Amino acid sequence: MSNKAIICRCEDVTLSDVQHTISLGYKSIEEVKRYTGLGTGPCEGKECMVHCARMVALANGGDESVVLPFTSRPPVQPVPLAIFARGEEE
Amino acid sequence: MKRGSGEDIQPTQGPPKAKCEIAIIGGGVMGLGIAYQLAKRGIKDVVVLERGYLAQGASGRNGGGVRMQWSTEQNVRLMQQSIELCKSFAQEIGVNVWFRQGGYLFLAKLERERAIMERNVELQNRCGVPTRMMTPEEAGALVPELDIKKIVCACYNPKDGVLFPWPFLWGYAHQALKRGVEVHLFTNVDAITRDGGGFKLTTSKGEVRAKRVINAAGAWSPEVARMLGVELPNKPHRHEILSTEPLKPFLTPMVSVLSSGLYFSQSMRGEIVTGITVEDHAQGIQMGSRLKFLTTLAREMVSLVPRFADLKVLRQWAGPYDVSPDGHPILGEPPGVPGFYLACGFVGHGFMMAPIIAQLYAEWLAGGHKHEVFDRCRLQRFAEGKIEKESMILG
Repeated sequence: MSNKAIICRCEDVTLSDVQHTISLGYKSIEEVKRYTGLGTGPCEGKECMVHCARMVALANGGDESVVLPFTSRPPVQPVPLAIFARGEEE
Repeated sequence: MKRGSGEDIQPTQGPPKAKCEIAIIGGGVMGLGIAYQLAKRGIKDVVVLERGYLAQGASGRNGGGVRMQWSTEQNVRLMQQSIELCKSFAQEIGVNVWFRQGGYLFLAKLERERAIMERNVELQNRCGVPTRMMTPEEAGALVPELDIKKIVCACYNPKDGVLFPWPFLWGYAHQALKRGVEVHLFTNVDAITRDGGGFKLTTSKGEVRAKRVINAAGAWSPEVARMLGVELPNKPHRHEILSTEPLKPFLTPMVSVLSSGLYFSQSMRGEIVTGITVEDHAQGIQMGSRLKFLTTLAREMVSLVPRFADLKVLRQWAGPYDVSPDGHPILGEPPGVPGFYLACGFVGHGFMMAPIIAQLYAEWLAGGHKHEVFDRCRLQRFAEGKIEKESMILG
């Protein structure tokens, strides 16, 4: 059954997309990110990660201890190049 | 947006089988590509051992550029074939890799780079690559956003392109699995020992014996080789990259500046994907992000493309280049360890070379033709001093 509820609004990833990915054996958040593109839009996972984490925990028999977030990528918020161009070396 | 191949096939669960014909260490584009090409030729008794998830290493962290513009004939000719394979990849493998031939535009900022560029263009033309020299004005006509006052000349090959690396891996993995290859994720190789005429691999999921072993572990390949007493001269080197907010498609070629190593292209998702050469003295495999990369890149980018000043950076990340001393890969069997095959040292260009190298490797290992690249790129060349340096290395 297809469920088109959106999990990741930046990249239009649906509940079904995540369920399908997990059904293929990709049961970590990093893998769901790579397979669906979840969390690679402007919010960088701030909205979608928690939903993904819950589904991944369920797929691992409810064991939340195996659920690790994907690496948070700098910058925290989108920043114009001009700001960095004015920045110091380090 | 669907990135996967849509094939309902899982990576192998449980421990690896006790015995196999060929064990491949590293489930990146090189290892999976070789596994697929072997399976296609009937060698299906193959086990791929990947320490992390698919796309965890450099295969999942690169900019997806594929080009024929090189400074040595070997690389030009190999990449002509690799790009041909990229063109048919989606149809053969059944996955969209978002391949787009928008060309590569190289820019020279220094007058002394003109002669190097002309020499490379002549070599590429001799190989049948349609690269041509351009004036700053011609480059500006191709990419109107460039400040052409900053450049002295350019060269452009319309047949170069970009692709999206991730689905390439799913595609190779699924096609290999479908043919009976085992692909084990989150499976570390802890030790390799000689075992009769073959090898015994101790992994985090059990032992597997293999008649032949392929080291396709990228930046981790020196560690793997050391398990068999082989010292490789390649070293891991961090390279950083970033992605911006998506823009309406406007940029046709991948643009690259020879002197700084800056490169940028627009992905099919609209993001500008860009990197630049930044010194790094850190030892070992580093994947942390640095502010120095952002400031170095932003200064060069905004100077060359003033309109990008307001373009927002979404995220930066890093991946490990597997750097060989002469810029060429290290292939074939090292002296004294027959049956152990190297597929490493690709210096950040393994992704674009994988389609052709994987095909040639499988042909050879399946008992077919041994391409001359395997003799030219032997480990022994460093000891023998027979090296020809590749100068078109970027990022």
